[in-house]
Amino acid sequence: MSNVRVLVGTRKGAFILNSDGKRKDWTVSGPFFAGWEIYHMKGSPVDPNRIYVSQTSGWFGQLIQRSDDGGKTWRQPGLPNEAIPAPGPPKALPNRFVYDVSPETGKPLTTHQWYDGTQHPWEFKRVWHVEPSLSDADTVYAGVEDAALFRSTDGGENWQELSGLRGHGTGPQWQPGAGGMGLHTIILDPTDPKRIYIAISAAGAFRTNDGGATWKPINKGLRSEFIPDPNAEVGHCVHHVAMHRSRPDVLFMQKHWDVMRTDDAGENWREVSGNLPTDFGFVIDVHAHEPETVYVVPIKSDSEHFPLGGKLRVYRSRTGGNEWEPLAKGLPEKDCYVNVLRDAMAVDTLDDCGVYFGTTGGQVYASADAGDRWAPIVRDLPAVLSVEVQTLD
Amino acid sequence: MKQGPREQGNKGTRDRGTEATGKREGGDDGGCALNESAKLSEAAKTSAAPVRVALPYHLRNVAHVEGDVLLEVNAPVTLRVVLDALESRYPMLRGTIREYETGQRRAFLRFFVCAEDWSLESPDKPLPDAVSSGQEPLLILGAIAGG
Repeated sequence: MSNVRVLVGTRKGAFILNSDGKRKDWTVSGPFFAGWEIYHMKGSPVDPNRIYVSQTSGWFGQLIQRSDDGGKTWRQPGLPNEAIPAPGPPKALPNRFVYDVSPETGKPLTTHQWYDGTQHPWEFKRVWHVEPSLSDADTVYAGVEDAALFRSTDGGENWQELSGLRGHGTGPQWQPGAGGMGLHTIILDPTDPKRIYIAISAAGAFRTNDGGATWKPINKGLRSEFIPDPNAEVGHCVHHVAMHRSRPDVLFMQKHWDVMRTDDAGENWREVSGNLPTDFGFVIDVHAHEPETVYVVPIKSDSEHFPLGGKLRVYRSRTGGNEWEPLAKGLPEKDCYVNVLRDAMAVDTLDDCGVYFGTTGGQVYASADAGDRWAPIVRDLPAVLSVEVQTLD
Repeated sequence: MKQGPREQGNKGTRDRGTEATGKREGGDDGGCALNESAKLSEAAKTSAAPVRVALPYHLRNVAHVEGDVLLEVNAPVTLRVVLDALESRYPMLRGTIREYETGQRRAFLRFFVCAEDWSLESPDKPLPDAVSSGQEPLLILGAIAGG
């Protein structure tokens, strides 16, 4: 029987939740990296025991952690786990995320739009998202704040920016959202290793067809109240994007407001908010086996980041959007004022698709039947920043 | 100010004084007097002293150490020399105290020496004898901020 391993990043450490395929009884391990913000952790599809972690702190900066044994032990890639007796030149430059401004491969673009409309230099702050390669356990992408995409091909020891994204031309119009200017979404096309989608708050979605050398904004059809130009190429506050691996041309987007869909790899978007009670939110995900089944968690508004009426509801569309049904069984019926952040929902690939999400109140909810019924795995973790799940044979 | 228990569950935890001042209760000020003219002290001129560095809790975890770190450093003993030695011996700390590229102190960290804030001092100013002789540690503290 398969097992599932849920990787939970929180404001104060990482946790790993394990269960068998029934997903009824759970064990909780952690906190790992206690006291640190764990923005994201994700396992390699090639080697599930390989897990990458973004460990970050306003005091101490950015660390990358890696496990090669499914989370039992950890190390910073390229670094010893003990003092080294003889100092020497470093063999690797771990945790070093330096924007590429070299004449050969970098771009001279060094500013983006600041909150007051002035230009502001790019400054690295943290890694928001790690995305392991679909074909090589040592290759992993990192989406960072201020927005840029980095890649490591040696298991996280050294990182290089894919500078074509930041330098493609619209950077001076990018601006930070309330949470900072983060690159938070990285989607790798399973049918074409050179095609990658990314999304940035607040710049929008972008696509490369050449492995990251050149990028194209793919925001046609997005409408944002705070942007006067209805045809603005960038500046949109995309919260998250999801794809079903069988249909890499179809993407679903939870924007600041509006749930959107594209059927042509982002060339054109259309709104599919339909009958949602509010189309503000952060997470969005797609059922593992039903490409037209989509999940969102509606949040009241951009001013009030909690569920409508204190009732926590996941909404599911089985029609690829527009027609949504509330999923409430097992979720709080009242007095619930948590948020569900953009990277805090995931699905497993068991026959009965499991759906998971974490809240800023520290609950991680799971459904073993595609959302029909929910139960908390844990209730009292620190605020959850991210949830990923691994289905293990 | 947060008054909760500090550094719970950490073996080897010892008094670090308060994070606000870096003062250590019952400390001996012998050798802490600063050389106002910034001339090298006798100890700093001549000794390769085992300097003690007291890391904040989270960095002790990152470095996999308990208690103070002892470093053999060449004179003159300055902040820069000590931090270079620290990062060489514990490379996992690179970037956590000083910015990777610029070498600047991270904004929310402070350096305390003999109950004095050295955060804004020149990194090349010789440290007091009490530090260069290992009597007193260089304290690296996290600012009180955040949740």
